Amino acid sequence: MTAVSNYRAKVSQRLAGTEVPLVGKLRKPLQALPFPYTAPTVPQTVEAPEKQSVTGTNFPTDWARTEPARRTRAVLIDTMVRPVMAGLAQPTKRGMDRLHGLEGPAVFAANHHSHVDTPLLLSSLPMPWRHRVVIGAAADYFFGTRVTGVLSALVIGAIPIDRTKISRASTDLARDLIDEGWSLVVFPEGGRSPDGWGQPFRGGAAFIAQRTSVPVVPVHIEGTGRILRKGKSTPTPSRTTITFGEPMYCDPDEDARAFNDRIEARVAELADEAMTNWWDARKRAHAQDTPLLTGPQTATWRRVWELDADRPRRNGPKSRSWPK
Amino acid sequence: MSPRKAPRPGLVLDVDASTPPVLFHHGENFRMEKLPVGRSRIIYPAEPLRGLIDPDQAIRDALENPIDSEPLRALMTADMKLTIAFDDISLPLPPMRKPDIRQRVIEAVLDIAAEVGVDDVHIIAALALHRRMTEDELRHAVGDRVYDAFAPSGRLYNHDAEDPDGMTHLGTTNHGEEVQISKRAVDSDLTVYVNINLVSMDGGHKSTATGLSGYTALRHHHNVDTMQKSKSFMDPPNSELHTKNWRQGDVIRNAGVKIFQIETTINNNTFGETGPLSMLQKREWEWTGRDRAKFLAMQGGLSYMTPSARRKVFHSWKAPYELTSVQAGEIEAVHKVTTENTFAQHLVPVEGQTDIMTMGLPYISPYNVNSVMNPILVAVLGLGYFFNLYRGKPLVREGGVLIMSHPTPWDFNPVHHPSYIDFFEQVLADTTDPHEIEKKYEKQYAEDEWYRHLYRTSYAYHGVHPFYMWYWCSHALQHLGQVIIVGGDPKAVRRLGFRPASTLQDALEMATDTVGPQPTITHYHNPPMLMADVK
Repeated sequence: MTAVSNYRAKVSQRLAGTEVPLVGKLRKPLQALPFPYTAPTVPQTVEAPEKQSVTGTNFPTDWARTEPARRTRAVLIDTMVRPVMAGLAQPTKRGMDRLHGLEGPAVFAANHHSHVDTPLLLSSLPMPWRHRVVIGAAADYFFGTRVTGVLSALVIGAIPIDRTKISRASTDLARDLIDEGWSLVVFPEGGRSPDGWGQPFRGGAAFIAQRTSVPVVPVHIEGTGRILRKGKSTPTPSRTTITFGEPMYCDPDEDARAFNDRIEARVAELADEAMTNWWDARKRAHAQDTPLLTGPQTATWRRVWELDADRPRRNGPKSRSWPK
Repeated sequence: MSPRKAPRPGLVLDVDASTPPVLFHHGENFRMEKLPVGRSRIIYPAEPLRGLIDPDQAIRDALENPIDSEPLRALMTADMKLTIAFDDISLPLPPMRKPDIRQRVIEAVLDIAAEVGVDDVHIIAALALHRRMTEDELRHAVGDRVYDAFAPSGRLYNHDAEDPDGMTHLGTTNHGEEVQISKRAVDSDLTVYVNINLVSMDGGHKSTATGLSGYTALRHHHNVDTMQKSKSFMDPPNSELHTKNWRQGDVIRNAGVKIFQIETTINNNTFGETGPLSMLQKREWEWTGRDRAKFLAMQGGLSYMTPSARRKVFHSWKAPYELTSVQAGEIEAVHKVTTENTFAQHLVPVEGQTDIMTMGLPYISPYNVNSVMNPILVAVLGLGYFFNLYRGKPLVREGGVLIMSHPTPWDFNPVHHPSYIDFFEQVLADTTDPHEIEKKYEKQYAEDEWYRHLYRTSYAYHGVHPFYMWYWCSHALQHLGQVIIVGGDPKAVRRLGFRPASTLQDALEMATDTVGPQPTITHYHNPPMLMADVK
């Protein structure tokens, strides 16, 4: 009889929406425990302490640069990431010879189309930079939770960068790491391309390079948008091209903004070189006729139309795709 | 590294329904206690003041620009006799991380002496009637460089107040107090005293008039009458103990003993802002999940350890104290600045007295560094030190109750505290009245040849030392209506003349016998150190 009435009570609770969920049931005995087993309550007469967030730009990543973590990452990159990228992105690397004279840490500044950009660039960097590099990753995206933060820091050596502004914490961290001999990979667009065209460069890479007097290596990545563009969840294999440019130094009388414009222009020239050939790209560069990374400033459908029209086809016959 | 926030001043918190249980130190353990809502308050210490950025430069500046004195360099000559005296193991508490302030200061003084070409230098641990410092303790205080340069040739040593050839009688004050200090200091052309001010009681003339003195002089102010008139001895202007020390200091000065005083103050960074014990200097509602985990893990670990293992763990803790000020020159002028700097860290304004004062006593007191905290030291830490950490008037009203939390084991270190054992077994078994104890037993213990021998050759506190400890309790004993110890060994607690209680709730109930129902309660959240400025 009791079992029947219990069952009826449960059903009526469920129908009325007053049933206590399982998690709540489990948590209840824990909440009954006193401080310090549970979090302290705050006296009414004092201000509640500010909660120090450990996610976002405050996420600690020092541990990911310790020797064991570095070795783990190196093994992961060389034995897993490189083979996967070789199959998925079939990268063609150009301009590696431009890095021959480069020594010490550098800031690698690349355009950004896809989540594939990071592992592809990381596995394509020549030694010794490949195993002594950190990736400037969006603090709000990659370090939004502890789990993603730990994975980002461990697997790709990411450090949190505030993409909404040039924050002191982010730049101080980047500067300290460069001082310690680490190179930095930054995507100055601040996020993946929403439509296949590039976005204006933000000043972080130029600012850090100017403050630390290290060179910026411009990099153009082509083709990753076809593999896993923004909004897509399943990757499609496609060929890619990574073009490294000559290391660039900030002139003594040049400010970070002007240096940033120069970096963006250089990446646009590399894009032109990747899409056409070096000689034509150089001629257009001297004539100041290099196509902008950001594409034509027209209606959305025409930007997409223009994008597809100009791209060389390596996968299958040339065809147009209507905007979706 | 993130920049440190500006330190917050001390806080008096009125306990309400949302106040979490409060931390009580309990020897080598801790208790979390709930205080009655609506009639309790908790006094929290100020956060650690910022330390000096370049302590060594600050020390050099103080020596070059002393207060009311010529620079130290100008006071030195190549053919002079120079003595450097320094505070002993009782300061600071817990011992600080290397490099100790004394090492920094002594090295700076010796640098100048070496530059001038002074050959005759002696360095003395000014320990009065405390136990001698071991080699390790001396090395920690003065550093290996100084120790290795002076100790092997016998020029760095512990003060010996019972050496008949090592003490000089300088006369008496106009109140009849005898003055006797180290012969080496008297014979020196200059004595440099290196002090650490942990609390406002330290420093001033007390450094030399007490630190380099012996029983003949100390008995004039280390007695029941002086202690009961010192209200409190943490507040020098209202301290009879200091008044007498100052009179003795005048005699020393008038006898031509030249003293260059170097005083330092440290901040409240007792347990560190990070690290395994950092939660102990946080306010409970600010404990993070990590703090709670560390605390629970520590308590879990401690519960599996023997008392001696627990003691070893706690006594290995070195506090990350930082130097907040250093001043040098004429004793009184220097000490005035030092006292202000000490108060700046410790004073917490408190409105009005309370019926019951509660306190958790930690594992360490000035007299049990690397040793056992025996019942007499428990009494003196609570009634002598913490009770007297007030300015104005005592935190607890006259006739009020003091509740202390400490395991109070019937346990003594026979090497460090031999006379304490006899004092506990013989004297306190007879009476706990300080006046009677002083009259009946003091002389016998002070002049006992065996205790004297252990003090001079072993590592024992002087035979009279436990008497002084009991006298230091005498102001509190006179003021209070009842003393209760929570969680202590009942037999040991009763021997002290106090009442044992198993829990704080029991103790509060017992206290109502003396202070009536619904008493007001004030908890002293110490350490880190605080001093109540009672209005």
